[in-house]
Amino acid sequence: MMAEETKGWDRHGMAARAAQELRDGTYVNLGIGIPTLVSNYIPKGISVTLQSENGMLGMGPFPYEGEEDPDLINAGKQTITELPQTAYFDSAQSFAMIRGGKIAMAILGAMEVAENGDLANWMIPGKLVKGMGGAMDLVAGVGRVVVVMDHTSKHGESKVLKACTLPLTGKGVVDRIITNLGVLDVGHKGLHIVELAPGVTEEELRAATEATIVG
Amino acid sequence: MNKVYPSAAAALDGLLHDGMLIASGGFGLCGIPELLIAAIRDAGTKNLTVASNNAGVDGFGLGVLLETRQVKKMISSYVGENAEFMRQYLSGELELEFNPQGTLAERMRAGGAGIPGFYTATGVGTVIAEGKEHHDFDGKTYILERGIVADLSIVKAWKADPSGNLVFRKTARNFNVPAATCGKTCVVEVEEIVPLGSLDPDAIHLPGIYVHRIVTGKHEKRIEQRTVRKRENA
Repeated sequence: MMAEETKGWDRHGMAARAAQELRDGTYVNLGIGIPTLVSNYIPKGISVTLQSENGMLGMGPFPYEGEEDPDLINAGKQTITELPQTAYFDSAQSFAMIRGGKIAMAILGAMEVAENGDLANWMIPGKLVKGMGGAMDLVAGVGRVVVVMDHTSKHGESKVLKACTLPLTGKGVVDRIITNLGVLDVGHKGLHIVELAPGVTEEELRAATEATIVG
Repeated sequence: MNKVYPSAAAALDGLLHDGMLIASGGFGLCGIPELLIAAIRDAGTKNLTVASNNAGVDGFGLGVLLETRQVKKMISSYVGENAEFMRQYLSGELELEFNPQGTLAERMRAGGAGIPGFYTATGVGTVIAEGKEHHDFDGKTYILERGIVADLSIVKAWKADPSGNLVFRKTARNFNVPAATCGKTCVVEVEEIVPLGSLDPDAIHLPGIYVHRIVTGKHEKRIEQRTVRKRENA
């Protein structure tokens, strides 16, 4: 068996790095996939309230076996639990707080991100189309959008692009990109390197990035 | 005036017609009007347009109306859990209008509130914005989305009193509130009908003015993604 690739962050490493973005006292929406793992790495001393766009603030962990409640699910339709500060509301209210800018940050997965902050994460033409769910509302409404994804596709092609090739979820909406190779910010004329993942060189990050890196 | 009906079929009597627009509550399989969906299947009403966040799964929820080919068009934000839906959609038998989830909820809320359209930044610069009126407010671009007024709303609540005041439970509230308000007629199924005066008037989630007919019955309340954690001392 080949040795495991240890360079950079794995899914859990990316989630842990994304958790460093959380600010105390804020309301945050976590997307499906790696972003869901972020809740396992909330730093000590930081208190955030997780919003689930199907109508809940104050999302708790998965229930113990036998305590699942069909009336209590997250946006990924998984059974979850409530917390002492939990509040429930309807879908119109839920998206009013998203659209109204009350949610400080969304951490979302992506298929492609472009250097101007364009995000594509809902549709691959010609393949099964499942729908955008609440992603378009979130990226248009929340204060800050952090994307967590692998830097390249399975075929080694960069997912951090000059321009997205897939249908967009939002135009110019991404603020920060966290990948297995490092952290990049979307600036006025291109991307800025914020941080390199452990063992990754700047040359390696640049080589894996199609987008313009300006600093 | 009596709003309580003995069965879902009785509660829908005289309200169904081919080609109608139905707004349905529910998110995934959580808080779906499963009794009313079954009664619509039994009634055989055809060419339905259904505005609902999701389309159920194979064999449950709105999936049962897809199996019987009663649905002509869905207005939804996410339909990924239903193989029969995909088959009908890809073969051109079923129309699909994707709405962003918040836009769909607000279209229902607006329709029920007498607001024919509203501007939103959601979808600007995407395929959702194509063909829609764009307008700038304070230097930011928005698109015009239309309110939905449905011929019929079908929703699920936890408890109702005989006047139609509703209380929902946990995340099963979801689209039920906006869907209930946007129908010309609203039929509600509940787990329990409680006596007048037993609900706290300060804790009513949806007042009975929006509710025309009520039915109660046994709900399956199927779980779509059962996820659990281990007990620390197991």
